[in-house]
Amino acid sequence: MAVETFRTPMLVTAEEAERHAPGLERIWETPPGLWGWLTSVDHKSIGKRYLVTSIIFLILGGLEAAVMRLQLAQPGMHLLSPEAYAQLFTMHGVTMIFLYAFPVLSGFSNYLWPLLLGSRDMAFPRLNAFSYWMFLLAGIAMYVSFLTGRAPDNGWFNYVPYASRGFDPGVNIDAYALGMILLGVSTTVGAINFIVTLIRLRAPGMSLNRIPIIIWGTLTASLANLFAVPAVTLAFVLLWFDRSWGTHFFDSTGGGQPLLWQHLFWMFGHPWVYAIVLPAMGIVSDGLPVFCRRPLVGYSLVALATVSTMVLGFGVWVHHMFATGLPVTSLSFFSSASMVIVLPSAVAVFAWIATIWTGRPRFTTAFLFFAGFVLLFVIGGVSGFMTAAVPADWQLTHTYFVVAHLHYVIIGINVFAVVGGVYMWFPKMTGRFMNETLGKWSFWVMFIGFNIGFFPMHIVGLQGMPRRIYTYPADVGWGTMNLIITHGAYIFAVGVLLFLVNMVVSRIGGKRAGANPWGGGTLEWSVSSPPPPYNFKLIPIVARRHPLWEEELGEGQDRSSTNTRGFLLNHGRETLGTTMLDAEPDVILKMPEDSVMPLLLSLALTAFTTGLLLKLWLLFGIGGGVALLAGIAWLWPQRSLSQIER
Amino acid sequence: MDASVLPENPLPVGSKSHHASGWWGMLTIVATEASLFAYLLFSYYYTAAHATNPWPTGGAPDFTLSIPGTIILLAGSFVMAWGEHGIRKGQNGRLAAGLIISILLALLFLAIQFWEWFHKPFALDYDAYSSLYFVITGFHMAHVAVGVIMLAVVLLWTCLGMFDSKRHSAVSIAVIYWHFVTVVWLFVFFTFYISPRLA
Amino acid sequence: MRVVLLSTLLLGIPALAAAGTPLGIFSDSGHDAQEISRLIALFGGVSIAVVVLIALLLASSIWHRRPADTSGGRPQRDEGGLPWIYWGVGISAVVLLICMLFNLGTIAAVARTPDDAAITVQVTAHQWWWEVEYQDPDSHKDFLSANEIHIPAGEKVRILLSSADVIHSFWVPSLAGKMDVIPGQTNVTWVQADQPGTYRGECAVFCGAEHARMEFRVVAQTPKDFEAWKVHQLEDAPQPQDATTLRGRLAFESRCAACHTLRGSSAAGMAGPDLTHLMDRSTLAAGTLPNDMGHLADWIRNPQKQKPGTGMPKVPVSEADLAAIVAYLRTTH
Repeated sequence: MAVETFRTPMLVTAEEAERHAPGLERIWETPPGLWGWLTSVDHKSIGKRYLVTSIIFLILGGLEAAVMRLQLAQPGMHLLSPEAYAQLFTMHGVTMIFLYAFPVLSGFSNYLWPLLLGSRDMAFPRLNAFSYWMFLLAGIAMYVSFLTGRAPDNGWFNYVPYASRGFDPGVNIDAYALGMILLGVSTTVGAINFIVTLIRLRAPGMSLNRIPIIIWGTLTASLANLFAVPAVTLAFVLLWFDRSWGTHFFDSTGGGQPLLWQHLFWMFGHPWVYAIVLPAMGIVSDGLPVFCRRPLVGYSLVALATVSTMVLGFGVWVHHMFATGLPVTSLSFFSSASMVIVLPSAVAVFAWIATIWTGRPRFTTAFLFFAGFVLLFVIGGVSGFMTAAVPADWQLTHTYFVVAHLHYVIIGINVFAVVGGVYMWFPKMTGRFMNETLGKWSFWVMFIGFNIGFFPMHIVGLQGMPRRIYTYPADVGWGTMNLIITHGAYIFAVGVLLFLVNMVVSRIGGKRAGANPWGGGTLEWSVSSPPPPYNFKLIPIVARRHPLWEEELGEGQDRSSTNTRGFLLNHGRETLGTTMLDAEPDVILKMPEDSVMPLLLSLALTAFTTGLLLKLWLLFGIGGGVALLAGIAWLWPQRSLSQIER
Repeated sequence: MDASVLPENPLPVGSKSHHASGWWGMLTIVATEASLFAYLLFSYYYTAAHATNPWPTGGAPDFTLSIPGTIILLAGSFVMAWGEHGIRKGQNGRLAAGLIISILLALLFLAIQFWEWFHKPFALDYDAYSSLYFVITGFHMAHVAVGVIMLAVVLLWTCLGMFDSKRHSAVSIAVIYWHFVTVVWLFVFFTFYISPRLA
Repeated sequence: MRVVLLSTLLLGIPALAAAGTPLGIFSDSGHDAQEISRLIALFGGVSIAVVVLIALLLASSIWHRRPADTSGGRPQRDEGGLPWIYWGVGISAVVLLICMLFNLGTIAAVARTPDDAAITVQVTAHQWWWEVEYQDPDSHKDFLSANEIHIPAGEKVRILLSSADVIHSFWVPSLAGKMDVIPGQTNVTWVQADQPGTYRGECAVFCGAEHARMEFRVVAQTPKDFEAWKVHQLEDAPQPQDATTLRGRLAFESRCAACHTLRGSSAAGMAGPDLTHLMDRSTLAAGTLPNDMGHLADWIRNPQKQKPGTGMPKVPVSEADLAAIVAYLRTTH
């Protein structure tokens, strides 16, 4: 039978589509059992894996912090040796920033994007699975080093020359390099997937001014990662060369430049911190409207603010280097840029406040987290504004003042938005509500504990306490604040524990939820909870930003066709591709079946990279060879994907 | 419902005569790899600007091998474009010829590069300049090697008769990468061979 | 108005907390530190005002009175609210601009190293101690010390920073902002202490195992006292006056000379601090221990126990020799 070349997709009613549902189910479902799980390319399964894995890393990072806080609770404690402390603070940073903060947002985005966009999957389902496996393997590689007592021990920022072989000879830093290279691959292919999905796979009528803000956030982060991640990958590769091959990129004796490391690292690092908050801000921008019963105020301004924050974010990296002795002109420029970047954030803050003010808040747990997020966002933002001023930064940088700032922005913006997002979308993902009473307790304990734990860090930073010290003398007056901080941190941990317990008990026995338990307006609420493997029986035709609210919002005659009519695409795994700007139907895209190649390729690449970094040439060769074959097998043109005629 | 979203004509199925998703994917790969080279060249210029010893080590490198190498690589891109145009008209043979000649030209380029490496007065670990020279040109050569592998696989598929005038997205995708590798070389060439002579 | 008062009050809390701590940034005597404190106070005041304002707006937005909901929870039209963004961002932009101008002004006041510094001190950072060198046009008047920098009060002092190994950061919070110390380049900073006194400093960038124990002191003296101190530093270490101190000095020359210098003896090692006038310093091992007999003995007996990972190895020495060395070193005023 010849491969189809053209087809007019059938436009059918919901009743007609019902008849085709079992067939669609058979086409799209992943077979049960371990093999099915290992080969699945379903974005919902992959999204959930990302979420669970990143939350496990959140717990590990939290445990590391808990031990550190015991050591620092009082002056002169001997719980940890300096080396043990150095490994803990390094792994805490690495775990939270790389293995939790970004992957958790990838998890949400992976799960939600096709549902929000009216599509059946992401543009590259196998690549999606591959990006998850690479993330998992990167995390395992770094934690294996931890378990063998050889974790990276030079901070997550890993400055040279301390990171060079002469000062840190063990395999610690090489393990970090390995993990970062693997993670860089994961992040990059994930970014590619999001970008191409956004370009091609939106439902008909879902023009760019109708996509939810979380899409804007993840899209912006993905575009940024394309351009930013190579900087850090390169930094680690050059460091590996210096450590293993005697090159002189960073070592001053051979004409190398220690500050080159900092430039490369922060040219990546600063855009990265926006990558870990912009999608979270999108969660709140999409979540607050649901619980305030009105669309977001200033949608276009918020979308614009998202993009401009990231663009400006590429021009401020030197503010991490204000104390390194750079010329005054350069300092003044980067200082001013670092202040200007406050303005797009201000747009978002006032948009959120306006949405609450003009809306009718529903006091669900999710709403509490989103509201608390706004306040913590602003506190974190102003401490950043303070350090943007160069002379102020000369006192505040490298101290606990910055530690306070970064935790207010990362926990306040990322964690609070994520937890709120879990409370909101848990019913969609599992078909059950989380417990609201336990939820409210978890919010207040987390919120109060967080502020007790981290606000005093501003003060102890003003009192002169530097970062990354394993102990401090009794006569500097930092003991009281540190004791308060430790107590607050543990209270916060109890709050997080309540949240985790809530997830587990609700998964097992939570109250059942229907398709749209909160009365939301976007497409994910139009399918069952949990969604069927094919997401939409009918690819909907979208007329507005909130397809499910069109009657109430009364914005005009056009109506989306959600749950009334749509395109039936059931000749195998298929979804609709549309044009970039106006989302007009353009092509019927054939989607791949489940495959083991993503897992195989990721294992092979890990072996290849590990062999290279540790100079284990047999592993390097076998890994490379298997990777090559797996890659060719993956890309082999298939009839079922309409890539060839025969 | 907005009637304009209803398709007037039947839609193509799969990547026929339209840019495949993979085509967009390759563009994003080019964007990220181009950034990688941008950071590599940044490292060169940053180190050069702070150099206290004479730069480059051993003087500006020769044009003797690098200009022929550049021409060979450019020729490879032209030949590959010619080959791709062939398959658009269904000419399998022209595509195969284009692939084979491009692969050979690329291998010749790599051979010239290795020859130049071998004849440098310094080793990899001599100083910052030597480190940058070998690693940057090495990164580029690695990208050329990957390109050769890609063309070889596409050649295999061509010989198996998998492509025709309607479906040949794998060819277009590989060719984007191929041109990218050539363009990167122009920037690398400018940096190492021309910029020291401008100072 | 209430917001402004509340903010000032709230700003007072951290200021009070920071005042009176030896490494705090609020100072009444450091020239640069005072300029910077003004900037931090302004920015801090603005920050706290912003937070209080947003908190009030947020609370009001949640709890302000609304007309009764007759729709039964249905979503409502996309109306109103945009003025929030225009006013909020507009006012923020004006405040931001004013702050930016103050910022640039303060940068101008503290950033450029003045040409008219009274003296220059060379500081070389090591893992985990500070080497201090005073140079003189007459090179016979150069001398080295460690972990303590004396300066004349009321004068500008230029400090040249180099590193012997990894990145460190030179920070005396009550006098000035910090400056990183980076191998391969010499960074320049300056301090001015308006009053005589002792100002504590610390390393502010992670530099390895004992980064937490790399303090130093800046001692500002009246110009007269400072000159006297300099003259005294140029003197050799005193000769031993009795059998014990003689034994101590000989033991020192045999066990410690590989790393330490004691001018006037045969010890000329450069790996560790110059100990010629050890007893003039208030601490041992870069702020790790107080400088008294018991701690000095503990330190020499087992440096690794006091500061694990430190560059000074545990040198085998008998208790009798140890006591003699301590007795001799106690005379190095």
